[in-house]
Amino acid sequence: MTQKLSISNISAHYGQTKVLEDLSLEVGEGELVSLLGASGCGKTTTLRLVAGFLTPTSGTITLGGKDLTRLPAHKRDIGLVFQNYALFPHMSVADNVGFGLKQRGINGPERKTRVDAMLERVGLSALADRLPGALSGGQKQRVALARALVIEPPLLMFDEPLSNLDAKLRIDMRVEIRQLQRANGTTSVYVTHDQEEAFSISDRVAIMHQGRIMQLDTPETLYQRPANAFVARFVGFENLVPMRVVERDGAKVTAEAEGGVRLTLPLENYGGHIPDAFVLACRDEGLSVTPDLAMEGIPATLGLRTYLGRAYQYQAETPAGHLVANGPLTQPLEPGMAVKLVPVPEQCTILAPE
Amino acid sequence: MTRPVHPLLIALTVLVFIFLVGPLVIVVGSALSDTTYLTFPPQGLSLRWFENIFAIAAFRRTIITSLQIAFISTAIALVIGIPAAYALNRHRIQLPAWLSTLFVLPVLVPELVLGFSLLKSVATGFQVPIFPALIIGHTLLVLPYVVRVISASLANFDFAAEEAAVSLGSPPLKTFFTIVLPNVRSGVIAAFILCFITSINDVSISIFLTGPGISTLPIQILAHVEQFFDPTIASVSVLLMALTVAVMAVVERTLGLTFLAK
Ligand SMILES: Nc1ncnc2c1ncn2[C@@H]1O[C@H](COP(=O)(O)OP(=O)(O)OP(=O)(O)O)[C@@H](O)[C@H]1O
Ligand SMILES: [Mg+2]
Repeated sequence: MTQKLSISNISAHYGQTKVLEDLSLEVGEGELVSLLGASGCGKTTTLRLVAGFLTPTSGTITLGGKDLTRLPAHKRDIGLVFQNYALFPHMSVADNVGFGLKQRGINGPERKTRVDAMLERVGLSALADRLPGALSGGQKQRVALARALVIEPPLLMFDEPLSNLDAKLRIDMRVEIRQLQRANGTTSVYVTHDQEEAFSISDRVAIMHQGRIMQLDTPETLYQRPANAFVARFVGFENLVPMRVVERDGAKVTAEAEGGVRLTLPLENYGGHIPDAFVLACRDEGLSVTPDLAMEGIPATLGLRTYLGRAYQYQAETPAGHLVANGPLTQPLEPGMAVKLVPVPEQCTILAPE
Repeated sequence: MTRPVHPLLIALTVLVFIFLVGPLVIVVGSALSDTTYLTFPPQGLSLRWFENIFAIAAFRRTIITSLQIAFISTAIALVIGIPAAYALNRHRIQLPAWLSTLFVLPVLVPELVLGFSLLKSVATGFQVPIFPALIIGHTLLVLPYVVRVISASLANFDFAAEEAAVSLGSPPLKTFFTIVLPNVRSGVIAAFILCFITSINDVSISIFLTGPGISTLPIQILAHVEQFFDPTIASVSVLLMALTVAVMAVVERTLGLTFLAK
């Protein structure tokens, strides 16, 4: 059982403060979409609206075509997994997992069979009679997961389910969550502020900022072709250089940045089209430092050098502003040197001007 | 390895102990005396003064009245106080800070003042009969304990568990009883006991509200002392103490006394 979730133009307020503004999001059947963003951007608020713990001031939420907007939370049939587990402290692991079934009037042997099967799947059969207080963080989160999955909800929502676990367990658990979600084909919304976690687990990721979705795309697209400066910075494009096309010559354009810096950019490297005004966005490894001043590039004076393991990273002052670039390990360069910064097309992209 | 204890420290401890336990020993001793006047150490041993309590109709009546008032006002205070404490904790961010102060106000007001104002308003103002007036007074007296104690246990409760239950299909009111209440069980028991003891021992409020025909045990004890000086008064005090100790024993059994000291 799996259904499509549609959030259409919802706004939400806490008192007078506007928290979400005209937010829309579609999660397809069986799809896992992450909400990724800094603290306070409205991720939890979005989940609480869908779960029914909060009423939007405008907009609608539908699941499988059914309007949920005015439905009380306990009738929504959504599996929730919370950051701090939210287990029932006075109930055994088995009773925690069986709670949702009990509410659905499933009793006796059938409940026991389904609870046992679920505990088996999350590897907790041996702990069925324990109280939550006597479990480790990872075990608690497995109980929370089992409790949400056993009711076979058409929609699963996770609110930073792994942020209380240590790094190693976090990676194991996210693989586990993804496998269970895939196996059941349950439509899922996953909230996190960890970019790696979001990118590794999701079909698509919504990058949120101040109550709005800045971009919703596959991890690959977000990583390689961010749609705007905010997302570009978020996924690691540290250098954003506003430019203007001064000359078009067939397959190439010549563009100029502040301070008269000129670069020639082949169209094929940038999706075949470069608008008249644009922003060149490069990761630090997208600007290569060379002491050969005859090369075409951004003239720069080197500042601090740091060792990254795969390369050296340099702070650089240029006529187009402060930039961060990489140079090869074979050739460490000293601060104060005059160099050129050459864009590496695979690590650069083009954005619309802000 | 045990460190030697300073003799002064031992002396102090013994002194404190004597001060705490001494009066109790004297009262218990006097209650058992066979004489017709209060004396210590007891001369001869007898339970006749305990029997005498029940021979005096006023004591029989007031013991019943005190128990009734303690039970009813504690029950009312729990019914009002538990939801109030829940609401105060659940919606702490949305609610103004003075609201929680409101519920502990009766503790801050001297009990005599509270008693007098109740006399002025409830008893003479609204002409409420004595028994219901006593119930109102005692409920007000013990309500702050309920709110305080239940709030303390709710402080350790993660309300996300309540939301988890709701998301799993349990209606909000049912969730309160199946998820919230079981997790503040010890708080409810503690609140019950505190309220019961407070009510059954109360003088300052009852003295204003009792009247012809209806009185509580502590007030009756005061009235009795004014006229008689026989060991009945000691034995009835022992009875009151025994009642309190019995209740405390239940707390100790279920939660440990440290819970009350928190
Ligand atoms: N109960 C509340 N009353 C008032 N404002 C609130 C309340 N809950 C959240 N907010 C505000 O709403 C905004 C969004 O909060 P939300 O909890 O959705 O953020 P989030 O993206 O989940 O952040 P985090 O990553 O820290 O969990 C924040 O600015 C927050 O301060
Ligand atoms: Mg959050």
